[in-house]
Amino acid sequence: MIPVLDGFDLIAPASLDEALRILASDRDARPFAGGTDLMVVLEAGHLPPGRYVSLWAIRELHGIARDDRGGLVLNALTSFSEIRESPLVADAFPMLALAAREIGGIATQNRATIGGNIANASPAADSPPALLAYDAEIELLSIRGRRRMPYGDFHTGYKKMRLEPGEIVARVVLPSRQVGWRDGYRKVGTRRAQAISKVCLAASVLMDGDDVADVRLALGSIAPTVVRCRAAEDAVRRRTLSEEVIANATRAVLTDIAPIDDIRSTAQYRSAVAQNLVAAFLRDSL
Amino acid sequence: MTATPARIECTINGEPRALEGHPMSRLLDALRAAGLTGTKEGCGEGECGACAVLLDGTLVNSCLTPLAHASRAAITTIEGLAIREQLHAVQQSFLECGGAQCGICTPGMVLAAVDLLRRVPNPTEDDVRAGLAGNLCRCTGYMRIFAAVLDACRRMPATNAER
Repeated sequence: MIPVLDGFDLIAPASLDEALRILASDRDARPFAGGTDLMVVLEAGHLPPGRYVSLWAIRELHGIARDDRGGLVLNALTSFSEIRESPLVADAFPMLALAAREIGGIATQNRATIGGNIANASPAADSPPALLAYDAEIELLSIRGRRRMPYGDFHTGYKKMRLEPGEIVARVVLPSRQVGWRDGYRKVGTRRAQAISKVCLAASVLMDGDDVADVRLALGSIAPTVVRCRAAEDAVRRRTLSEEVIANATRAVLTDIAPIDDIRSTAQYRSAVAQNLVAAFLRDSL
Repeated sequence: MTATPARIECTINGEPRALEGHPMSRLLDALRAAGLTGTKEGCGEGECGACAVLLDGTLVNSCLTPLAHASRAAITTIEGLAIREQLHAVQQSFLECGGAQCGICTPGMVLAAVDLLRRVPNPTEDDVRAGLAGNLCRCTGYMRIFAAVLDACRRMPATNAER
């Protein structure tokens, strides 16, 4: 169906400054990245009318680079194809490369962006669990300046985030990690390709012999936002890994998540799969 | 605020063209309105790949591409693959291997295959499955499509991959 576009506008400023000025001066103006989410919402008739500001053509918002502290900076308009193909990402942050590969098909990965995936604020997005597991920070930018926060503090509820009027998600920063972490990323959907997650786990563990020195467990599609499973982490961190410890962590997962029944799955299935994914990941370190 | 009717300049299948439409309207509709009806609408929400075209050499779903993003771009649609009577290797292989049945998915499937063979000139079957994962077909069961893509890369001299 061809939507009626009265009341909509899409402008494509050539510079970042101009885009930020427009976003600051028109409170109803909203940023537009690759369009792979917003065009679907528009098509469904649910996109609020107004002025949309395309950031796609703004060169400095694209690309991946090392930062001076050994981490990686992903500019917000970096596509999942660039992330999928990046040796820098594959070497140091492999779960993000895996997540990129699972986001729709190639045509979607070519246009969907890391910043869009964050600002669309879907709890079923595939890259955010990996960002949580890697302790990512995000940099927000407006005409007033830049500010940075842990990505884990950004989403405050279903489709709610700490983005001020006029502000855009400008960068994602992945801090460098010590060597030795083992990562695991697993998305469960209706089919292997081109499905939206029912449950998605990104997990990392740092072992010291048989002891868990540190751990990150992050789940998607099981709460109003993606979540760090802090109770489950606490159940294994600085403990000697055993079936009993894993069972405790698996039980704790239920206190970390708040799944619902919806078109894609049921709360019961999501709970069971979330627990199974966490248990299977931890067992690989036994 | 009223919608701004607009006109964008672009290149389609090597020819300079102008497309008319709202900047937020779908590239898919503008292409079809311009007579390029080889590009199909399947789901209209980026799930099926029937509307795939190449935009500046990268595969996109034209149902999710606002017209504004096609401004000054070079677009290749299914109509641009064959050179007169000479089919592209991928098209010839689809024909010979039974890779097309009802035909709705075929243009997008062929363009996704062309895109894959540019990126991965000698794909494994797994590469083919991953490369075409965004394209749905309800007729073939996919096996003949995968066979066609593998056949095309045998048929294709390296230079042809650039087409």
